[in-house]
Amino acid sequence: MAECHPVGFQWVMEAKARGAKLIHVDPRFTRTSALADVHVPLRAGTDIAFLGGIVHYVLEQDKYFREYVVAYTNAPLILREDFHDTEDLGGVFSGLDAANRTYDTGSWQYEGGAGAPARDETLTHPRCVLQVLKRHFARYTPELVEEVCGVPRGLFRQVCELVTENSGCDPTTAFAYAVGWTQHTVGVQYIRAAAVLQTLLGNIGRPGGGILALRGHASIQGSTDIPTLYNLLPGYIPMPDARRHPDLAAFVEAGTAPKGYWGNMRAYMVSLLKAYWGAAARADNDFCFDYLPRLTGSHSAYETALAQLDGVCKGYVLFGENPAVGNADAKVMRLGMANLDWLVVRDFSLIESATWWKDGPEIETGELRCADIRTEVFFLPAAAHTEKDGSFTNTQRLLQWHHQAVEPPGDARSDLWFTYHLGRLVRERLAGSTDEMDRPMLDLAWDYPTKGGLAEPDAEAVLAEINGHDAEGAPLSSYEQLKPDGSTTCGCWIYCGVYADGVNQAARRRPGREQDWVAAEWAWAWPANRRILYNRASADPRGRPWSTRKALVWWDPDKGEWSGYDVPDIKRDKAPDHRPPEDATGPAALSGTDPFIMQADGKAALYVPTGLADGPLPAHYEPQDSPFPNLLYHQQRNPVRQLLPSLPDNRYQPSGDEPGAEVFPYVATTYRLTEHHTAGGMSRWQPYLAELQPEFFCEVSPGLAAERGLEHTGWATIVSARAVIEARVLVTDRMTPLTVQGRRLHQVGLPYHWGPNGYSTGDAANELLHLSLDPNVHIQESKAFAVDIRPGRRPRGPASVALVRAYRRRAGIDEHTGTEP
Amino acid sequence: MGIRTWIDSWPVYRQLTGSDPLGRGAAAKSAHSERLTPRVATADRVVKSVCPYCAVGCGQNVYVQDERVTQIEGDPDSPVSRGRLCPKGAASLQLTTGDARERQVLHRRPYATEWEPLDLGTAMDMIADRVIEARRAGWQWTVDETRTRRTLGIASLGGATLDNEENYLIKKLFTALGAIQLENQARV
Repeated sequence: MAECHPVGFQWVMEAKARGAKLIHVDPRFTRTSALADVHVPLRAGTDIAFLGGIVHYVLEQDKYFREYVVAYTNAPLILREDFHDTEDLGGVFSGLDAANRTYDTGSWQYEGGAGAPARDETLTHPRCVLQVLKRHFARYTPELVEEVCGVPRGLFRQVCELVTENSGCDPTTAFAYAVGWTQHTVGVQYIRAAAVLQTLLGNIGRPGGGILALRGHASIQGSTDIPTLYNLLPGYIPMPDARRHPDLAAFVEAGTAPKGYWGNMRAYMVSLLKAYWGAAARADNDFCFDYLPRLTGSHSAYETALAQLDGVCKGYVLFGENPAVGNADAKVMRLGMANLDWLVVRDFSLIESATWWKDGPEIETGELRCADIRTEVFFLPAAAHTEKDGSFTNTQRLLQWHHQAVEPPGDARSDLWFTYHLGRLVRERLAGSTDEMDRPMLDLAWDYPTKGGLAEPDAEAVLAEINGHDAEGAPLSSYEQLKPDGSTTCGCWIYCGVYADGVNQAARRRPGREQDWVAAEWAWAWPANRRILYNRASADPRGRPWSTRKALVWWDPDKGEWSGYDVPDIKRDKAPDHRPPEDATGPAALSGTDPFIMQADGKAALYVPTGLADGPLPAHYEPQDSPFPNLLYHQQRNPVRQLLPSLPDNRYQPSGDEPGAEVFPYVATTYRLTEHHTAGGMSRWQPYLAELQPEFFCEVSPGLAAERGLEHTGWATIVSARAVIEARVLVTDRMTPLTVQGRRLHQVGLPYHWGPNGYSTGDAANELLHLSLDPNVHIQESKAFAVDIRPGRRPRGPASVALVRAYRRRAGIDEHTGTEP
Repeated sequence: MGIRTWIDSWPVYRQLTGSDPLGRGAAAKSAHSERLTPRVATADRVVKSVCPYCAVGCGQNVYVQDERVTQIEGDPDSPVSRGRLCPKGAASLQLTTGDARERQVLHRRPYATEWEPLDLGTAMDMIADRVIEARRAGWQWTVDETRTRRTLGIASLGGATLDNEENYLIKKLFTALGAIQLENQARV
């Protein structure tokens, strides 16, 4: 955090100055470790074993927050008799269809069904969630953590004690992770493991608690909320599925929870369709639901690259992203682009994704020839944040408006300008078309006011559309006002209120020093300007803060309403003893003790019966490519991980005890540095930053340097089954060798900011990666894989391809390697 | 210049008699440095902004003089950042005004070995034509006899560095075009 979010880290230091203990778990020693009370180096890819070990400690020592757990979680619910845990089935859950890599989740459900699940408030029933958890994590002992993660048991016990001592009625513990946690074949289950632990400890919905994702782009949270993602519509409404959602009614029924705020799905969806298609969206045409394109599977950027290789996807637009070096298996991304009809690159400088056709790695190896590449490329310079109005959503859901300071230079334009005018030009060309295919474009509500000599669309008008308005055109102030009948419009229901009273709430800037610690009048947080989600849980079931020091919101019996520092995450007048009528649905079905208002039962899920592809509980599986066998289960890898086709440039490696695994004996992980940003498009062209970190390097321990003859400041060649790259060598004690399963393990640290262009240059670490993805969210496993490392520079030209092929032969790799369920 | 002024202008004298015994501040000022002002002092206006790098969301003050950005500093008002910027945020001035920024549209024709400059309006017209063509080429009314009403002909990648309003228009436009292959850094 001190490396990648240094300014945010000042608050960790403030907490430390007040007595907080800081634990840093990371394979490498960083600026964060230097300031931490405890640094815990562990083997990359073993966090579920580590977190599961803490869960085991909490359950075995009865350190969980019992009152919180009984009142606010699903711990008392009883599972069906036909549920079988990984402990019973050699590392898989009941319902596995191994051939198709899917689980049937029928047996994961509660006894009595979701509507009236059986309960045991004493938490002693052998099939209640708490007891199932105890059995599931029974073997996640300190001894096992030591063997799997390489963390000595004494150090691990210290972590367990610090976490549990600092959790309870008064103290709280927060977990902060950079999004590396999500980049594993079990990425979602990493987060789930932290969620199980934090829920058991009562650390969710409370000040100083939570599981905080430290995201790495100015509006990566916003681009998830208002998604440029294939599977979502704004506000986490799913994109319709061709088979399951033939019409609006089916879509709404499938997405409506019996209880909680997803009960209002129809209001959110109809209001969105009104924002998209305006007057054309009417009740008698399903509000244009049929205009939405439908999904039939996953269409992540990796599948899109495959569609480009297949010739199906012909045109590609890049908005400030650099897949030629920034995506896993970067070569496959470039080969996909080399098979396009046309490519549009919108960026500040000539990034690698704009120039691969003339100077990419495949030109050097001779695999591609510039004069043979058909792709037509348009480079359009982009406007900077100082040259346009707009809002970023930061990592704590805070929308902050940035104002335009000057006009963009030359041909540079905002992406708002590009998108609006592209839509306008396409609509002009399609005008008069009677083809049904073109109706969604012709009926689209696309009249945005523009201003100035460049005809820049008014960003605040777009914000107003996102916020929504009523039938009279008056801005809405809350998603509670949204209607299912088409009388309201709203472009993103969770952002409703950001333009309340016609005022840009995201532009509010009352100085922090003039406000209390919540600083509610600085910008605007979704939803409803609420700064801590699920904050009803910061008070006990009767509505009293768990402790005076950690008071956030509380029930005021005299006023008959919730009061406090933050906007309460419960209807203001809903008393703690409120019990809904039996026939209530949606938000009205939430009781006064249901803090988790987006959950279908109002409770935090220690166990997840529905919604996950790879199990109701986290289980440790080894990464796709790992030098070690799975000590916990017979099952080596996540049985339902998503594998992309084993193309020649996407070969997987043997693991653990499989023959050939010894060819790639070292664990590698990728990460960022303070001085650079993601794939470098915004940092490798800045002289100050290039001077601070002038070229690509790898970090290795003195032990590994001695073992492989690597010299400090010399060169190293790093090889996987996909690629070979070279890096300058940094020999440093910051990379701690670990003892894992009785042998010494060295890890290789690879910052991933580089490519050949710009002032600061080097090979891209992402060349080494494979395309094996988390099955829930389709994110690649870039944080734990296996490589070989040797001294010297990599071969040039065709010899570089030959080296990778030779490694594959030595390891016995073919298209089946590593693809077993 | 009188004697008094002359003596007062002698740094060692000021260092020995004034409030700056270490000679690191007022005592060390020369007539030249006396007249120096920070470049932000003469700015025509200060525009409130937000750092474009990571998702902490540090406040920035953008100083503008003669319609040019002359300096970018941390905003002390921000309860998020209290005026601090990291090395990247502090390099925002280079990011936004540096000469590494391209200012012209470039075009690479199929099979060409070099870029050529292209007029922005022409480029937009060409892109609009190609979007329509690729959209039609990749159109799928049905897949396995189930209605999909979509195109796989066009795709986009990016959004994590953009504004919410930009992402909103991109999603809206591409959805109306029938394109589903929209992704950004959140899943990479």
